[in-house]
Amino acid sequence: MIKNLKSSLILTVILILMFGVVYPLGIYTIGLVFSSNSVGSPIVKNEQIVGFENIGQSFTDDKYFWGRPSTVGYNAASTGGSNKGPTNPDYLAEVQARIDTFLLHNPGVKKEEIPSDLVTAPGSGIDPNISPNSAYIQVKRIAVVRNLPEAQIKALVDQSIENTVLGMPVINVLKLNLKLDELK
Amino acid sequence: MEFLYSAIIILVTILLAVPLGRYVSKVFKGEKTLLDFFEPIEKLIFKVSGVNPLSEMDWKQNLKALLTINLVWFIWIMFVLLTQTWHPFWNPDNILSMEPTQAFNTAVSFVTNTNLQHYSGETGASYFTQLLALAFLQFVSAGTGIAALALLFKGLANKSTRNLGNFYYHLVRACTRILLPLSIVLAVVLLLNQTPMTFKGSETIVTLQGDTVSVARGPVAAMVAIKQLGTNGGGFFGPNSTHPFENPNGITNAAENAAILLIPIAMVFALGYYLNRKKLSYIIIAVMTAGYLMLLIPTIVQETGGNPKITQMGITQPQGSMEGKEAGFGPVLSALWSISTTVTSNGSVNSMHDSFTALSGAFQMMGMQLNAFYGGVGVGFINMFIFMIIAVFISGLMVGRTPEFLGKKIEVREVKIAILVALLHPLLILGGTALASHTWMITENPGEVLKWLNNPGFHGFSEMLYEFTSAAANNGSGFEGLGDNTPFWNISAGIAMLLGRYIPIIGPIMIAGLLSQKKYIPESAGTLKLDSGMFGVMLFAVILIVGALLFIPALVLGPVSEYLTI
Repeated sequence: MIKNLKSSLILTVILILMFGVVYPLGIYTIGLVFSSNSVGSPIVKNEQIVGFENIGQSFTDDKYFWGRPSTVGYNAASTGGSNKGPTNPDYLAEVQARIDTFLLHNPGVKKEEIPSDLVTAPGSGIDPNISPNSAYIQVKRIAVVRNLPEAQIKALVDQSIENTVLGMPVINVLKLNLKLDELK
Repeated sequence: MEFLYSAIIILVTILLAVPLGRYVSKVFKGEKTLLDFFEPIEKLIFKVSGVNPLSEMDWKQNLKALLTINLVWFIWIMFVLLTQTWHPFWNPDNILSMEPTQAFNTAVSFVTNTNLQHYSGETGASYFTQLLALAFLQFVSAGTGIAALALLFKGLANKSTRNLGNFYYHLVRACTRILLPLSIVLAVVLLLNQTPMTFKGSETIVTLQGDTVSVARGPVAAMVAIKQLGTNGGGFFGPNSTHPFENPNGITNAAENAAILLIPIAMVFALGYYLNRKKLSYIIIAVMTAGYLMLLIPTIVQETGGNPKITQMGITQPQGSMEGKEAGFGPVLSALWSISTTVTSNGSVNSMHDSFTALSGAFQMMGMQLNAFYGGVGVGFINMFIFMIIAVFISGLMVGRTPEFLGKKIEVREVKIAILVALLHPLLILGGTALASHTWMITENPGEVLKWLNNPGFHGFSEMLYEFTSAAANNGSGFEGLGDNTPFWNISAGIAMLLGRYIPIIGPIMIAGLLSQKKYIPESAGTLKLDSGMFGVMLFAVILIVGALLFIPALVLGPVSEYLTI
């Protein structure tokens, strides 16, 4: 028993050093050498970090493409989903409110045209992506607000579709909006 | 396309598991492998800690060693969690110490390979904790399961001897030879796909729209790799692999999903190589895969169908049910992950199980309740072994012969142990849920006082059932709407995890020890051949009867009722 305990203690110390210190430092070093993104892929504009490529931001202004609803208000320091069940009446009321808000800001759009990812919240609360259809359906609103031809904005959306390998085709909302700001 | 992707992920994983299984068998036997350059390091470790890796021990000595070192780890992680405020380095976000019952739950959770998380990583754990306590335990708790399996294999291969090998030897080599190399490979894949690995604290930024936001990050890649491979599942961030830093795109999603299944499947192939009974391993893989698909296919159907309540609002859902799911993964890849993570005891998620459509919740729970389709690293096959003993016993009764298992007589003691272990699981799940429901019912105004349930009605019951199912199966996923960071849940789920971990290791190792001492009886015409399709069917039936029938009443009260009320 005593011998077991002594061996266990020493073994534990060694294994903590191996897997709790050396292993992560090794991966960290590999990251420094092979990946320029190991701090989280920041996007820098005018020497200021305006965001991280993979971290969604809150867009509520009519002049920007909206991302998905978020139950944590896109708070990237405390992320999470709604965890509402599919039949929860409070949740369904929330979805209804999102539909109403969207229709209000996008006159001319019919209810059945709204893609479901625009009225449901992701598990992370900071999903950086939307489906391509969710971007197309906002083109008209943005064209009106920005006073730009619809075709130009649609072309921008076309270029922004990311056909990721082994995943769904998506559009990164932050990157799309950054490009939108550069349009003349 | 997603259907094709899913098929690719499953097929590639099984194909990779074959050579890995062969390699694992060599590691267990101490044969030469390509990674022998680790040997001097291992020798040094054994020398310093005073362990003679070649001295063989019987089942009692091995279990003592296993339990002692697990206790030491428990004390270490408790200490780390309770002293976070004073961590000397790697705490840039100044995370505070955990509350004691939460620390107890977290400590048990990581020692038992469960990784149920009643805290949220970005606000509840310092980088020091994440690496020196949590990631460390993700290696060694997985290593414990693998080492236990190595002892079991030895017991099955032995003829009339007491020695099952050396636990320490297998523990260290499971970590250095199996988990570490695979983790490095996966971590590199993650790094190349923008998963962060940094010791810088959170970054405060001003967004495009002018909001000030703080973005949590950290040494993510290293931890995500081992949490996926070691059927751990404890994420760096609260929402686990739904978080775009843990799982940025389709490639990482596929790699992480494959990593969930890889080692558990490889362990079954390892059995075939170890005992030189490849056909037996194919039969077991077939049974496991049939069970996996039986749960996976209806879940995919349910999720792609969308939420009927939202359809009623006039939203067409060609994308399927999207609440709790990321746009980049969609319903099919989320369903694939959710069943992969529940049949194995992984528990990581790439979507929120609480928000899946009603019946999918039942399939996820069934994966954990049956707990034998692939299962955890090491312990997955150990659970299957219990079902095999029961299947052999029942078959024996049917033909009126003393049952035999791989040339050893199965007698009263072995069967008693197997039945007790098999019945513990439903006892913990149903007993725990009953206790929680009772507490809820006798409390006046429970919604205000207890505040557990995030959803009313049947779904609320499902949240409690899911929590105990996940704890007893050492899974670690959750219907996360459950407000589980209270003393009641921290302690009760903690006890369920402890019993659900150690009894199903102790029992089978005892059986292996008993079988190991028995004389080998050559197969005769009357022997039930384990490597036959007949036995496969028998095994599958036993799992369904013993497992499913016990749980169906509870599932009817929760997800099935919810489904029927739509």
